[in-house]
Amino acid sequence: MTYTVKAVGLRKAFRGKTVLDGVDLTVRAGRIAALLGRNGAGKTTLIRVLATLLRPDAGSATVAGHDLLADPGGVRRSISLAGQYAAVDDMLTGEENLRMIARLRHLPPRAARGRATELLAAFELADARRRLVKTYSGGMRRRLDLAVSLIARPELLVLDEPTAGLDPRSRERLWSAVRGLADDGVTVLLTTQYLAEAEQLADQVAVLHQGRIVAEGTASQLKSGLGADSLDEVFLALTASAEYGGDAGDSVTRRTPGVTR
Amino acid sequence: MSAARTPARATSGYSAPVYGPGYALSDIRVMIARGLRRSVRDPEAFTTALALPVVLMLLFVYVFGGAFNAGVGAAGGYVNYVVPGLIVLCAGFGAGTTAVAVATDMSSGIVDRFRSMPIAPASVLAGHIAASLVRNLLATTLVIAVGLAVGWRPVAGPLAWAGALAMIVAFILAMSWLAACFGLVVSGPEAATGATFALMFVPYLSSAFVPAGTMAAGLRPIAANQPFTPVIETMRGLWMGRTSTGAAVGHEAWLAAAYCAAILVAAASAASWLFRHRTAGR
Repeated sequence: MTYTVKAVGLRKAFRGKTVLDGVDLTVRAGRIAALLGRNGAGKTTLIRVLATLLRPDAGSATVAGHDLLADPGGVRRSISLAGQYAAVDDMLTGEENLRMIARLRHLPPRAARGRATELLAAFELADARRRLVKTYSGGMRRRLDLAVSLIARPELLVLDEPTAGLDPRSRERLWSAVRGLADDGVTVLLTTQYLAEAEQLADQVAVLHQGRIVAEGTASQLKSGLGADSLDEVFLALTASAEYGGDAGDSVTRRTPGVTR
Repeated sequence: MSAARTPARATSGYSAPVYGPGYALSDIRVMIARGLRRSVRDPEAFTTALALPVVLMLLFVYVFGGAFNAGVGAAGGYVNYVVPGLIVLCAGFGAGTTAVAVATDMSSGIVDRFRSMPIAPASVLAGHIAASLVRNLLATTLVIAVGLAVGWRPVAGPLAWAGALAMIVAFILAMSWLAACFGLVVSGPEAATGATFALMFVPYLSSAFVPAGTMAAGLRPIAANQPFTPVIETMRGLWMGRTSTGAAVGHEAWLAAAYCAAILVAAASAASWLFRHRTAGR
């Protein structure tokens, strides 16, 4: 079995406050993995560590076969990151953003233009191509952000809360794009606060809570095993089962017995 | 397995990314184009940067010029004294714009994207510096053009002109890197404006507008020895044939070159370190 992401014991603290408390995470190649957790669970920090933007205090990880600490350049060549806050240039047009990143991905000028046109059409931004991004709506920015992330085929696409603040139609469109990528063999690691979203998209779900992975499985395993319909209920079930020493379900791997103190 | 998968057109037509050290120059070129585009996309800042030299020139020549020249005694009017000072003043203002641009970048998500990509790390800053150089040279050109229009009569030959322009370029580069440092250490664009405000006042404490020798005794050594003065005097000496300090142009030029080189090296190293450090630590 090959893994695109393999992290062991990742720790990160900011000014003495522990954000990642020993995270172990594996993502199988070609799968969509969801990192499920509430605000402040450490999702974004974990993503930033895996994307080489933050150096972990302890632990190690390989991404697409490249060691995070020894070969960050190799990691950067293999990933594409779309952030929680759309990482596009406000002062450029949508088309200029795409062409700029395409050139930074070292596509020749003509290929860069062609790829930009393709992606603008695919993400229904062709009409807005000549408008400055600062005039875009939230959904348009998010779509452009994803389009920019897809200029070159990454081995691992990292999406930090890709659908936060999107209307249902935009969300649906984004989901279908992500599924299309997975069909293409791209491994996807995304974060979300919604069990329903993880269920829609992900082959595997890891629940992050207080800086640790507290449960892993498929979304349906989490739901049926724990009898939960939402993230809150997952937490309730995990907490309850820990407190009463019960078993939350055979198919769900609980990683820590005590979720809350 | 979850819902049925529908292939998205977005995934077709991939090109495999190519990377290598030879692409560093290409990365820098892309970033310079980005910096220049962004400069003209902010019409208010751009207009201010271009209006400033014109307004200041008219102010210093027609409002203060009569009184100032009584003390300065430049032949042919105060304009023959003040041009290098205004160029330096405008460069100080331009540095503020650069600091704000860098700070804005650092507080937005786009730098995270750049940093998660395999591009030359220096290229992001290089783009800002190059854009800053172009903006400032544009402002310098305006100072020179308006100066000539209102009676500035330099006596320099082509070689002296080239020397003066080289001095300006070196000075702008040093100021731009310094501004980049400001932009990297402050918390955001607003703070960057404040941090570089000081740069606009340094020229007043130099020989930019009046010779250092005419100032209060306590200020004289500061004004005579701070880095802006040799830069200004080098230009003044090259253009007008003599400096206001009485020192030889060659002496001022060596001093100015040394100052600019020192600021350039220190600020560029600090900025590169800060760029890596700041973006990594958030």
